[in-house]
Amino acid sequence: MAGRPLLEVEDLVKHFPLRDGALGRLLPGRRRVVHAVDGVSFTVAAGETLGLVGESGCGKTTTGRLVLRAIDPTSGRIRFAGEDITRLAGRALLPFRRQAQIVFQDPYASLNPRMTVGRMVGEPMLVHGLVGRAEVGERVGALLETVGLLPEHARRFPHELSGGQRQRVGIARALAVGPRLVVADEAVSALDVSVRAQILNLLVDLRERLGLAYLFVSHDLGVIRFVSHRVAVMYLGRLAEVAPTDVLFKRPLHPYTHALMAAIPTVGDGAASIFDEPGRLIEGELPSPIDLPRGCRFKSRCPYRFAPCEDVEPALAPIEAGHAVACHLHAQGGTP
Amino acid sequence: MTDHAGPEGLALPAAAATRAEPAGAAGEALRWWRRFARNRGALFGLGVFLAVLVMAVFAPVLAPHDPVAQGVGKPLAGPSLSHWAGTDSFGRDIVSRIVYGARIALVVGILAVLLALVIGVTLGLVAGYYGGVVDAVIMRVMDGLFAFPIIILAIGMMAIVGFGVGNLIVAVAVGFIAPFARVTRGDVLAVKEEPYVEAARLAGVGSLAVMFRHVLPNVMAPVIVQGALRVSGAIITEAGLSFLGLGPPPPTPVWGSMIAEGRNFIVMAPHVSTLPGIALMVTIVGLNLLGDGLRDALDPRLRRGA
Amino acid sequence: MTVRPDDLPAADVVLDVRDLTVEFLTEEGRVRAVDEVSFQVRRGEVVGLVGESGAGKSLTSEAILRLIRCPPGRLSGQVWFRGRDLLRLSEAELATIRGGEIAMIFQNPGGSLNPVFRVGDQIVEALQLHRPEPRRTLRERTLDILGRVGIPSAAARARDYPHQFSGGMAQRAMIGMGIACVPTLLIADEPTTALDVTIQAQVLALIRRLCRETGVAVLLVSHDLGVISQMCHRVLVMYAGRIVEAASIQRIFHAPAHPYTQALVACLPGAGDRQRLGAIPGTMPGLRALPSGCRFHPRCRLAEARCATEEPRLSRLDDGHLAACHLAGR
Repeated sequence: MAGRPLLEVEDLVKHFPLRDGALGRLLPGRRRVVHAVDGVSFTVAAGETLGLVGESGCGKTTTGRLVLRAIDPTSGRIRFAGEDITRLAGRALLPFRRQAQIVFQDPYASLNPRMTVGRMVGEPMLVHGLVGRAEVGERVGALLETVGLLPEHARRFPHELSGGQRQRVGIARALAVGPRLVVADEAVSALDVSVRAQILNLLVDLRERLGLAYLFVSHDLGVIRFVSHRVAVMYLGRLAEVAPTDVLFKRPLHPYTHALMAAIPTVGDGAASIFDEPGRLIEGELPSPIDLPRGCRFKSRCPYRFAPCEDVEPALAPIEAGHAVACHLHAQGGTP
Repeated sequence: MTDHAGPEGLALPAAAATRAEPAGAAGEALRWWRRFARNRGALFGLGVFLAVLVMAVFAPVLAPHDPVAQGVGKPLAGPSLSHWAGTDSFGRDIVSRIVYGARIALVVGILAVLLALVIGVTLGLVAGYYGGVVDAVIMRVMDGLFAFPIIILAIGMMAIVGFGVGNLIVAVAVGFIAPFARVTRGDVLAVKEEPYVEAARLAGVGSLAVMFRHVLPNVMAPVIVQGALRVSGAIITEAGLSFLGLGPPPPTPVWGSMIAEGRNFIVMAPHVSTLPGIALMVTIVGLNLLGDGLRDALDPRLRRGA
Repeated sequence: MTVRPDDLPAADVVLDVRDLTVEFLTEEGRVRAVDEVSFQVRRGEVVGLVGESGAGKSLTSEAILRLIRCPPGRLSGQVWFRGRDLLRLSEAELATIRGGEIAMIFQNPGGSLNPVFRVGDQIVEALQLHRPEPRRTLRERTLDILGRVGIPSAAARARDYPHQFSGGMAQRAMIGMGIACVPTLLIADEPTTALDVTIQAQVLALIRRLCRETGVAVLLVSHDLGVISQMCHRVLVMYAGRIVEAASIQRIFHAPAHPYTQALVACLPGAGDRQRLGAIPGTMPGLRALPSGCRFHPRCRLAEARCATEEPRLSRLDDGHLAACHLAGR
């Protein structure tokens, strides 16, 4: 029992059907789908933060939604605390809903403009019968203090709060049911730099205090590096590389990981610009997630592509303890 | 250096004082009123509405004569000091009948719209939220309703269920269900994709609670404006039906039937039809202006989403 | 026609902004969103305008080209561009400068392109406004521009509609439209914020290359310190409508003088085994409730009594380094 990961995801797939016209539906032939998530496997241990990083269209947001069973997977398996939750629905999901929650990206759209903060944060508690109507006010007040607000904020409406304050409310709402896993979907991306730092500190503090596990979805490698214990890099619906944070940043193996890190502008010394270096940045754009190329998905932009990349999709294989890469360059027996 | 633990609402006056006006509901109402009051037409409309309301409520006090008493004056007498609007063919005082007529107009107009609103919004909410077959069925029925001219529908209904104020209200309401359903459904489709609705679902809140507690309050604003705008339409419909003889039976004073009664005397005693007609017109125009003013005053808030 | 950088005279000032102020008349009274902002941009130089949301950086860039509706806005101050004050020109004169000598690109490239016209046609139209040449010549120029900004298969892409362009390509097309008339100044307002990081890198590298090749001056507005750090020669830091610090790129992030700049840099999750990010408590004040004295003092770790009563002016610390702080450099 001990040592079993909190969250186990196996070969998770989500295809979104494209809406062809009525005629298209009648005609025979292959139905076109968007391969949003195309065979993803990973685990998250209790109290661990797994950073899920990638650019737009890589499927990281969809993965977060699948893990929370906000949408149904096309195929694959999701296990939470040992229990298979893949096919559960309706009332059967209610116990799971207490254990896993979400924090959204947009502090403005993630709160109901017509509800007070207190009602929003208290609602999940009441729904799950964790507290009676008489005590909910007190519990909400305590929770608001935990996230750095004041109990009197419970009476305010969202539009009376700043972006950072709203995001704290979103976090409080997520914590209201006492979850063990929180999916943070670009939770700090829409915030200003100084507020972002406040919220990141808060999330780290809460993790220590409450033993929370995070699935931290973001496109920002700097944030991922700060907050994650392990990092998974996604590209076009599949995992390119998974490793502990410092290992990934010291020894990135997948060419896409290289490209990501090379493209990120960090604060330099002002002597030279990374954007002036020829050959540092990769060219090309993301291929279509509808008509996927054969072989490796990254081949159209990879500077190291060679023969096996054309036809065979590389599998995510472990290279060393905890470090796995999906690349023919690093496959067993391949030429590095 | 302080980290997250700085209570943001407390020691930092700048953050809390960003809103200089009174906070909460009172502040919102005040700002709304200021915006509304800037529109002269809207104020006129409000005045008209209040006047009609007062007439309806205080009719027994305001009306100089009993509206159904025949022979209080010479029949078909023109406007005079004792009868400001003259008398009709039965010798009844027209002013009193106009004042009492406001009752039917408002009662039918407002109740019909309310009924249509409740039914239409519920249908739109269910259709928009559940989507799929439910949505398709409901909206096709609504399309059918849209296609029907309201008057024909009402005539048909009254022919089946008979006369009376209650039936009149239902008949008028039926014609207005479809617009409410459509407006509601459109907004529901947008709102249900918002993160806060998803958050509620993920928190385990049941579908019905999500629909009525989270989605509905956020789609009500345009619906309310629609409602205000439709009252005038309902009154016109009711007047039309009464004109055709489908309204409350005589001697009940109703503007529409008063206009109809005066048809035969239009040349020699035009005041019998014209004056109720003017009352009807002023009411309609006033309500339209009021509705427009409401919509304009609410619009910036609609756009802000708050 | 490329201009070699070593042909340019040094310190050739292209844009000279003096005491630029943007006010708005609101229901609650007059509000200053940009407060007496002054700076210069030189030829071949990339100047960064950095700040958090609400600082007034976008408004500053829009004010230069008078893209703000007045009323309710009101512009004052001077914006000198090639011997003329842009704030005093007529609309007609300004129209010839916009898109011609001064080009501007915005955050959302999709929004700047008309969805019902082909991309190539829109570029031709933009060219036509400033260069009355035969259509055929303009078409050739368009293809040349698309090629220069790195759009492959230019001939085919020119016939596409905007929705067929990805975000990165659309932004490149916008840059293409901007540089088509060989502008002297390019204003880029958060040009890559909506783009993926690898695409962002391509677009920014393009801007750097154009700056080197043509000597165009660039005013880059961004909230991303990393982008600013890698793109700019000089940086201006804005806070609550004012410039609080101006310095060269070598100085600004490594020896910042203003506590706000210092705190901002400390907020970044940099190379970190740090357990904690430096954070600035509170939020930027709203324009209607500005603190007395220094606008930053309620959030400043160094604030003294003087800071609450006396607003510091932007003063010269040493060559090229300006800061608005009573305690600058500590």
